[in-house]
Amino acid sequence: MNIVVCIKQVPDTTEIKINPETGTMIRDGVASIINPDDKGGLEMAIQLKEQFGAHVTVITMGPPQADIILREAFAMGADRAIHLTDRKFAGADTLATSYALAGALKKLDFDLLITGRQAIDGDTAQVGPQIAEFLDLPQVSYTQELKFDGEKTFTIKKATEEGYQMLAVEAPCVITVLSSANNPRYMSVGGIVDAYQKEVELWGKDNIDVEDHNLGLKGSPTRVRKAFAREVKPAGELYEVGTDEAVGIIISKLKEKFIL
Amino acid sequence: MNIEEYKGIYVFIEQREGVIQGVALELLGQARRLADQINDKVVALFLGNNISDKAQSLIAAGADKVICIDAPELEQYTTEPYTQAICQVIDEMKPDAILIGATTIGRDLGPRISARVKTGLTADCTKIETGENNELLMTRPAFGGNLMATIICPEHRPQMATVRPGVMVALEADSNRTGEIVNYKVNFNPAKFKVKILENVKEDSNKVDITDARILVSGGRGLGNAEGFELMTELATTMGAEVSASRAMVDAGFMGHDRQVGQTGKTVRPDLYFAFGISGAIQHVAGMEDSEFIVAVNKDKNAPIFQVSDLGIVGDAKQIIKKLNERLTKK
Repeated sequence: MNIVVCIKQVPDTTEIKINPETGTMIRDGVASIINPDDKGGLEMAIQLKEQFGAHVTVITMGPPQADIILREAFAMGADRAIHLTDRKFAGADTLATSYALAGALKKLDFDLLITGRQAIDGDTAQVGPQIAEFLDLPQVSYTQELKFDGEKTFTIKKATEEGYQMLAVEAPCVITVLSSANNPRYMSVGGIVDAYQKEVELWGKDNIDVEDHNLGLKGSPTRVRKAFAREVKPAGELYEVGTDEAVGIIISKLKEKFIL
Repeated sequence: MNIEEYKGIYVFIEQREGVIQGVALELLGQARRLADQINDKVVALFLGNNISDKAQSLIAAGADKVICIDAPELEQYTTEPYTQAICQVIDEMKPDAILIGATTIGRDLGPRISARVKTGLTADCTKIETGENNELLMTRPAFGGNLMATIICPEHRPQMATVRPGVMVALEADSNRTGEIVNYKVNFNPAKFKVKILENVKEDSNKVDITDARILVSGGRGLGNAEGFELMTELATTMGAEVSASRAMVDAGFMGHDRQVGQTGKTVRPDLYFAFGISGAIQHVAGMEDSEFIVAVNKDKNAPIFQVSDLGIVGDAKQIIKKLNERLTKK
């Protein structure tokens, strides 16, 4: 079985701060990580490798510094890594990103394509389903658990608002995985050594099956009109008093607001 | 593409087992407000099996027209049949915009449609307005809620957006409203239906939707043990409220993910939101800052939660809850 996992390098958004004066993000010193849902997807792939001897390829699209997450994927157990990078990809929205990734994926032979449900920098959850559409493959999003029958059928537990669904789909297909699906392993010591001996393949737009006008900003139907820090409403009253008094204040305030 | 040909603000009406979901009514309300500003029509896209009898209620909720696609293929949601149906409507009727609830269904369906018809999709909008040339200005949080971005889709139609449940406001149902109901037939290609549903499991029939609650008693790390959780549950019972939590308490296993408030949980706007021992990370604030009245209790007077609270108390959350519960029970 061949598995391809799409991963993305993202800033750890729990550590980002906004400069209140300029309204811009302070990214200095904020760690770049493998997007958590993607890492869950990679762990799932490596578990299938252990069970069924699958061959695992990871692919990322991003600037040169994204190399490091492919090394991390090697150290976790990936067999092959492809770094899709080209200045023509710059400024891509989800549709143009999915289009470029699909162009690369058409060059690969796989039974299962895994992406994370969503990336923590954009939270759109669009790229997985859009890739599936460009490749004309069935998709299952919000994957919590996956079982393979050893032949060609996947049985998938998909998280829903009310609980879950059990779905069946045959290879080849696309799934998007939740970070809560598993606990990704740490890199092994041997793996870390290997990670820097293995080769990351660099692919540009000329290596893949795409048309220029659909790439990057030019190929993106959406535009960012403006970006801004969220509005801060004026701070309310703040009391630093004893418990009894504090509770009194809360109750009288709620009465005043007709909530009690 | 001549974008002038594209007309109408369409709303995908999500139903589950024939029950129209709240987010669909919220989107109809918002579509109505937008359409009135730009003198356009609101069209409800209603897909399912044996659902026709409910179409009239969508007119009462704000639609000028309901496109009802009643077919056995649409009995339960799966990606491909729903995508085929909606893409056929798009090709034939050329909608100017399509709004979809950002649920597990909408977030599966929206991107698939957008890639098939090759248009832009803005995810999880918190605000939709009209701008120059009547185009939609779609505002959404990015980078975990640290930044807001206003997105446009200038040269492609339909303009597509998903919106989380609880963000827009539904109209009061008005049975005097008039509109047209059209039964629409889709030419399905079943060869592409490749995902089979084996089973639907509802995990907890007592589950409540915290987005419906009027009062939420929410707890975080500062309350993060079993005793703290019991105390807040007790207070919630006293006040006729529901309990919810920040990520810390959900990760610690005291509450299910369905009660998590924030960027990766739910967006709530109750009349009263208690934040007990919640520091107020941006990820949490993004999900509750539109609550009508926010009471925050935290022992750190510099906690960011006090920047969004209407009433802030510097103190021990557990002590305050205990005392509050005593006083309210006594009454």
